[in-house]
Amino acid sequence: MDLVLFTLLSVVCIGAVLGMILSKNQAYSALFVVLAFACTAGFFALLDAPFIAVVQIIIYAGAILVLFIFVIMMVDVDAGLSPEKKKGTLYLSVLLGAILLIELLIALKAVFTPLGTVGNTSSGSPTDLGHLLFTKYLYPFEITSILILAALVGAIVLVKKREKE
Amino acid sequence: MTPISYYVILSVILFVLGIIGFFVKKDLITQFLSIEIMLNAANLAIIAFAKAAGSLDGQIIVFFVITVAAAEAAIGLAIILMIYRKKKTIKTEDIHLLKG
Repeated sequence: MDLVLFTLLSVVCIGAVLGMILSKNQAYSALFVVLAFACTAGFFALLDAPFIAVVQIIIYAGAILVLFIFVIMMVDVDAGLSPEKKKGTLYLSVLLGAILLIELLIALKAVFTPLGTVGNTSSGSPTDLGHLLFTKYLYPFEITSILILAALVGAIVLVKKREKE
Repeated sequence: MTPISYYVILSVILFVLGIIGFFVKKDLITQFLSIEIMLNAANLAIIAFAKAAGSLDGQIIVFFVITVAAAEAAIGLAIILMIYRKKKTIKTEDIHLLKG
């Protein structure tokens, strides 16, 4: 049952990423990425991380991709010179990507056997996670809130229209 | 029961697809989406290894990574908007100030 779900989700996930790369329209690309992120949330749920799965859906598929779609709406994506047709870069990047894939798989081959299967019992319930987050990881948690505040102020200052110009 | 190595292989495939997307696409927004795909592949690997180790700390790390990714997306999209206001385009081939 697990394996069937995993296969289904991975096929949809890889298909969605391929659709993102192949589609010409940026809005469709963003929607394909939403699909890929939803599949990743499914993997997190399969790996006993239900809280992270929900956070993935809310933050990534909900918040971040809505930001992307807003920006796609605000800028004129077709403005500027039409890109030159350079097939060389395309083939080179696909070739280098394939080489990197093979390299990474060879490098990781040694770790594959001791990893075991998903079946073991370890609960990632939100209660345990929250307990850990507010005891052992309290300082990183608070520092992250400062980071979010800085990002908020930074984004507003960057995008604000200057009076003089 | 699914072997955890399958998840690691999947995360490697997603990471490489993100890199290929970054180099193949020619506009800033899709390249930024590819970066998010790579970030997600790394998160998947971290969760898989945390599951193999039987500890919850990996999930906490992924939680922080997702939070930082939200901040990064806000700043990155603000920078893309700034570039669009200055250059009236988001195609990378038109943004070549550093090219001699």
